[in-house]
Amino acid sequence: MAISTRTQFETIIGIEVHAQLRTSSKMFCPCPTAPAEGQADEPNTRVCPVCMGMPGTLPVINRRAVELVMLTGLALNCRVEIDAVRFERKNYFYPDLPKGYQISQYALPLTSNGRLVVPVPAEGGEVTVGITRAHLEEDTARMQHAGRGYSVVDFNRAGVPLMEIVTEPDIRSPAQARAYGETLRELLRAIGASNADMEAGSMRIEGNVSLRPVGSTTFGTKVEVKNLNSFRSLERALEYEVARHAEALERGEPLVQETRGWDEENGRTIVQRSKEEANDYRYFPEPDLPPLRPSEAWVAELRAQVPELPAQRRLRYVNELGLSEYDAGVLTADAALAAYFDAVVEAGIAPKPAANWVTGEFSRLLNQRAADGLRADAVALGPGGLARLIGEIDAGRVSGTNAKTVLATAFETGEDPVAIVEREGLGQVSDGDAIGAEIEAVLAEFPSQVADYRSGKQQLFGFLVGQVMKRMAGRADARLVNQELRRRLDA
Amino acid sequence: MSVELTPDGTIADAVAALRAGDTSARELTDACLARIERDGARLNTFLAVDPDAARQAADEADAALARGEGADRPLLGIPYALKDIFVTRALDFDGRPLPGGFPTTAGSRILEGYRSPFPSSAEERLADAGAILLGKTNCDEFAMGSSNENSAYGPVRNPWDESTVPGGSSGGSSAAVAGGQAYFALGTDTGGSIRQPASLTGTVGLKPTYGRVSRWGMIAFASSLDQCGPFTRSVRDSAVVLGALAGHDPRDSTSVDTPVPDYVAGLTGDVRGLRLGVPREYFVPGMEPGVEAAVRAAIDVLRAEGAEIVDVSLPSTDRGLATYYIIAPAEASANLARFDGVRYGLSAGADELWENYTRTRGAGFGPEVKRRIMLGTYALSAGYYDAYYVKAQQVRTLIKDEFDEVLSSVDAILAPTSPTVAFKIGAKVDDPLAMYLNDACTLPVNIAGLPGISVPCGLSDGLPVGLQVIGRAFDEGTILRIADAYERVAGFGDLRPATARA
Ligand SMILES: [Zn+2]
Repeated sequence: MAISTRTQFETIIGIEVHAQLRTSSKMFCPCPTAPAEGQADEPNTRVCPVCMGMPGTLPVINRRAVELVMLTGLALNCRVEIDAVRFERKNYFYPDLPKGYQISQYALPLTSNGRLVVPVPAEGGEVTVGITRAHLEEDTARMQHAGRGYSVVDFNRAGVPLMEIVTEPDIRSPAQARAYGETLRELLRAIGASNADMEAGSMRIEGNVSLRPVGSTTFGTKVEVKNLNSFRSLERALEYEVARHAEALERGEPLVQETRGWDEENGRTIVQRSKEEANDYRYFPEPDLPPLRPSEAWVAELRAQVPELPAQRRLRYVNELGLSEYDAGVLTADAALAAYFDAVVEAGIAPKPAANWVTGEFSRLLNQRAADGLRADAVALGPGGLARLIGEIDAGRVSGTNAKTVLATAFETGEDPVAIVEREGLGQVSDGDAIGAEIEAVLAEFPSQVADYRSGKQQLFGFLVGQVMKRMAGRADARLVNQELRRRLDA
Repeated sequence: MSVELTPDGTIADAVAALRAGDTSARELTDACLARIERDGARLNTFLAVDPDAARQAADEADAALARGEGADRPLLGIPYALKDIFVTRALDFDGRPLPGGFPTTAGSRILEGYRSPFPSSAEERLADAGAILLGKTNCDEFAMGSSNENSAYGPVRNPWDESTVPGGSSGGSSAAVAGGQAYFALGTDTGGSIRQPASLTGTVGLKPTYGRVSRWGMIAFASSLDQCGPFTRSVRDSAVVLGALAGHDPRDSTSVDTPVPDYVAGLTGDVRGLRLGVPREYFVPGMEPGVEAAVRAAIDVLRAEGAEIVDVSLPSTDRGLATYYIIAPAEASANLARFDGVRYGLSAGADELWENYTRTRGAGFGPEVKRRIMLGTYALSAGYYDAYYVKAQQVRTLIKDEFDEVLSSVDAILAPTSPTVAFKIGAKVDDPLAMYLNDACTLPVNIAGLPGISVPCGLSDGLPVGLQVIGRAFDEGTILRIADAYERVAGFGDLRPATARA
């Protein structure tokens, strides 16, 4: 039997995320961050002398952007700097950088030293990821290589507020890295800091990875992976790198500290830049902006605004309300949906039926309107209305099937479901005498089927129920029909 | 002879004459334009003048004066010049050239013909105050220099002796005011660029406290040091212009929101009871004896007027130059990175990006600007940052603290402005260190962010000497009061170069 001589390696991963902040104006000038409602985003239309780096201009800090980073920091259990938050200039030449430097943060970030608890479904369990820092900076312009040896620059994105969130090297597998990205996205959306949409570019992710023999305390050679446009590509690129590193280390080949780009099509990473080519950014304090000193009161005010975060909420749903992991996951993936569910429960509906309706029929209707961007909190039927409808079902006054019809109408119109039930005559007959009379009529109409059932053909029960329901135009309480029919047949 | 009718008088006299109907804005403007016509090209004071626009503005000012608007607009009808480091609006909202708009070059080839789409705060405030813009004055490239020989558009000549420099970097502004080409002019002062040329041209030059005047629209050299201020022919005029310029501007986050006092009302002519410190370190080796004699005599005048003169020490003064030549180039190296040939200004038109950068910047910047970009880039580089930039910031704090301590026991500091009178054009161009020493007495004031004023205190070898008065932060009122009191009794307020007498 062959004994494997393979060394056991430990994977060390750190993640850097850039998220565009949800502000209406840019970081240092009044230009809008998005085109006006219904307007196309024509290149270089949302620009001004400041974000174009014209001579004589000066930056002015966008207070809301600072607030959103502090809010994120607080949600990530970070320390918020209140003594002196400094902006610094990061210097390099490129046409996407109009001033020749990016205003960023370096020595004294706005928030630092936090952590995020990340559920890792793929591995079953959770991992706590340390957050080194979350800081504020401005985005660059967008370069497009137009072919024929030239490029064009669109400055609409130049100066849009950007938050950089850097983790400690606490992540031990590509699956954990992916889970971290997904959890962070959920958090950023829940607190309204960012749309965090990777495809739209409002969330960008980079991973750095190194391997070391299990038991070693020093880090191996680190490689940075970029050009990741989905969480899936993050996971795949990291898996590729882990395998590549392990193979090289096995063979005793040296690894190079470098930046590699993920080639989605061919499923591999390609060298982009080696360390020797790395820039010296010559950071120094931005003299045009005096240090910022957020007051304790401001921080306290923001702390009070941090909502229940998805991970906490999920735990509460499973542990306190007894929901399934699946339902809890569906609800907390959408903060507005979770809030809707909470309100239905608050209106007196038991958590399980509330979850069934909110994640079931209600979500189905919501998804049909996904193209309009409809969120649960904007649906015409409020949670109180849905609660009344579920109450009617519980009381046996409306059937589940009819309730769906009622919900479809109320969802669009906001009308009281009980009023719809009455108007449309969708109420349920739960009167034992009325049902009994109809059952007697069916038994009389189908004597041979009744005889066959009594001689053992159990499947005919369904046929007889159907006949009763048919006579009652579907309004009979199915539970009562079953009970009464069986009682008479088995008598 | 009435001084109001020649362009060599003061703003105060001109305003009085305008209000009395003895002259008109049009007359004042024509007088300045005639002087520019006669001397401007020879002295090379202006990079752009627009006589038609100035005359039109003068006619509007006369109409406004006739409507009685003079009371609220302290500079209504007064012609002035702007250093070409201030942007002036020259494009309309659609980016088309505005008729009459001036280009803004910063004295550099890299911005030759550049037209700004927005005005500077200074231009806006002076327009509100009623002043008439004559044109843009020559200066050292990006305000880097002490002689105006670093302008890409040629040196400026000093009206006192046309073979000498007018100081720098605001040399065009100082020479224009000394030579009667404008009633006042704005300069910028990063290490002495207003006070030193004022000293060399016999004019009054004021550098306000850092944060007192908005920097919006001033092309940045060293952002933590730059301030703008006026050149005038009297201290009272300086107070009037500062009053028009000062105040918070939300577009400049470093401009401070503190009340602006009535500077003119504070000119009591009385210095009795003031304690004035004379720092021994400012009488530097290499200082010309004639300069030292004039400054010491000026100090005696103030003593005789009732001020208490005390010896003080600012021991880190000799570290100022080294500190300044790290901080200022470091900031400049970043501030000048935007001149890359991508969006505006000179572009070499090379096919490849990096070649275009190097060729554009190689051709567009002069040798002194390149020297400072390299110095600054070096000081900020990995491995050198702590030894240079961080150390310089520590010394900066030390210099500030020393000023604070001295100014806690005296009301202001008296010192020479420049160790020498105007020197010959070309005398120091090959010796940057000798050139840098010109600012040894002025640049510590920028490092500490304090206000300073240079007021004429006599002649040495027939050339003007300046007395520098340095005050507490945001206490321009006191240094204006001291300089004004001195000017009233010393009798040098009427010093004019030969061009004014011709
Ligand atoms: Zn803008």
